[in-house]
Amino acid sequence: MAASATLPRRKAPDWLTTPLLAGALVILFWIVVAATINLWAPYDPLALAGRRLQPPSMAHWLGTDALGRDVLTRTLYGVQYSLPVALGVVISAVVIGSLLGGIAGFVGGFIGAAIMRLVDITLSFPPVLLAMAVAASLGPGLTNAGIAMVLVWWPVYARLMRGQVLEVREREHVEAAIAGGAGRTRLLFTHILSLCWTPVLINATMDFGQVVLLAASLSFIGLGATPPTPEWGSMVADGAIHFYQWWIAFGPGFAILTVVLGFNFLGDGLRDMLDPRTH
Amino acid sequence: MILKHQDKSLLSVRNLTVGFHVGGVTLDAVRGIDLDVARGEVLGVVGESGSGKSVAMLACLGLVPRTARVAGSVRFQGQELVGMPQSDMRKLRGSRIGMIFQDPLSSLNPVLTIGAQIVEAIRLHQPGISRKQASDRAVELLDLVAVPEPDRRVTQYPHEFSGGMRQRAMIAMAVANDPDLLIADEPTTALDVTVQAQVLDVLKSLRDRLGLGIVLITHDLGVVAGNVDRVAVIYSGRVVEAAEVGALFRDPRHPYTRGLLSSIPKLDEKRERLFSIEGTPPPLGRRPPGCAYHPRCTYARGVCATDDPALRVAGESLSACHFADCLEEIPVHQALAGAEIAEVRQ
Repeated sequence: MAASATLPRRKAPDWLTTPLLAGALVILFWIVVAATINLWAPYDPLALAGRRLQPPSMAHWLGTDALGRDVLTRTLYGVQYSLPVALGVVISAVVIGSLLGGIAGFVGGFIGAAIMRLVDITLSFPPVLLAMAVAASLGPGLTNAGIAMVLVWWPVYARLMRGQVLEVREREHVEAAIAGGAGRTRLLFTHILSLCWTPVLINATMDFGQVVLLAASLSFIGLGATPPTPEWGSMVADGAIHFYQWWIAFGPGFAILTVVLGFNFLGDGLRDMLDPRTH
Repeated sequence: MILKHQDKSLLSVRNLTVGFHVGGVTLDAVRGIDLDVARGEVLGVVGESGSGKSVAMLACLGLVPRTARVAGSVRFQGQELVGMPQSDMRKLRGSRIGMIFQDPLSSLNPVLTIGAQIVEAIRLHQPGISRKQASDRAVELLDLVAVPEPDRRVTQYPHEFSGGMRQRAMIAMAVANDPDLLIADEPTTALDVTVQAQVLDVLKSLRDRLGLGIVLITHDLGVVAGNVDRVAVIYSGRVVEAAEVGALFRDPRHPYTRGLLSSIPKLDEKRERLFSIEGTPPPLGRRPPGCAYHPRCTYARGVCATDDPALRVAGESLSACHFADCLEEIPVHQALAGAEIAEVRQ
């Protein structure tokens, strides 16, 4: 790194790769849509926009659904549900998981073992199944689906964070901080957790896409958003009923695809950027 | 000598033992060490890797793992440190007693600037000081340890510092709260020889300006020679010789010290092969009976295998050797026999 810094630089930095850019652009597009769709939406997402089950046309680029609502409008509105849910779920899972995992790694002993066994138990279930069970017991609704997803997701971060903490806490600067009189809280937050966030951040970026997918899955089987919410999963479910009107499922399905891919590319790019080993 | 100075002693270690419980057995890393450090004095603690020198000093600060059993007495300014609650100990660390480590890169937090780390060190023990005052003090401290352009350097990260500068930054952090005692655990081992001398000069100037007592842990007698006032040589968890630095080099009274001194290459002597003490220090669990050094000692007699000698006055030193007073009577060529045997074997 030091050597390359002294060389004249003409090309873009190594980490600025096409996938990273593509991912960032796609995600940026959806964020802009989520923020501004109310201003320029061609139709009302909940009101009838014309004849039902129209194929794509100039008036309805993605056609209309079984009730005559514009599929494109509903797809664009759908991001207003998917992104906030993903954001809420990932942030909650990261905070809860990192904190519990950090404590498990730092304190160890009985508390650490107890936390990690809880993690093992949760991770031993297939995530979709567990999320379905929890969501079903809480009742339908996006909030409940979100809670269910946090419950399924935090153990991943707990395990990740514990591994990081176990490694970082043995580093010499931690011992030096102890020798300097630092207390346990300061050690954990200033000297250990501050060095652990890189893999968590990368994982979280990738998980955004996964959470969007899981949220759509729960809605697909009726455990997430309730009609008439223009949520992608429930829209795909509508489309599945009307098998020969392919456009109904295409809009939300394609939206899910771009978001998941976008976050994956972004996460990949972030890893290349933040992990010194790949430089 | 090493037992005098009690009146003005800053740190006084008596019969310190440190044992580790491993698989039902207790392994003694430190077996009854006595040390004294006075204000404004540099004590060199010399020993091979694994001799227990670092563990002994870490134990003084309560920085040993929980499996360790520490016994004996460590008095710092009259306060007993052995058995002191961790919360009280923490107040001493970094404020009254500063510590610096071998590898300054891994001892610094890589994600905080040097300035932020010094500020943290100050505010940890003096919460009344504002952030602004503390960062002014950080610049002052970097200046004190001879870091050039301190006001620019405080905003930099450890990776932007060279090895010698990092160690100076570590020293600045260690003395941030005007400690009375500084424990330096091999502070120059990871540095180039030229930089070593600069860092040692910084330590000495701090001793002179702040009246610090310094414990310099090292395995390098070259570091000891010009930079300490008194030396304690540690072998296998015990002090085998303690003396003023001049006396130690002039007239070593323990065979181990003699071995160490003869293994320093000399410029005015032509030698095919450098002298080395034959064998290795005994592992913790399998220490020989009697004097721990006797299997490697070229002076060893029958009594050495049965009786562990106590530290006693011999010449200008304190030495733990049965023959401390009469090492000269054993011919030199015999004393070197070990090295010759080693050469023949190879």
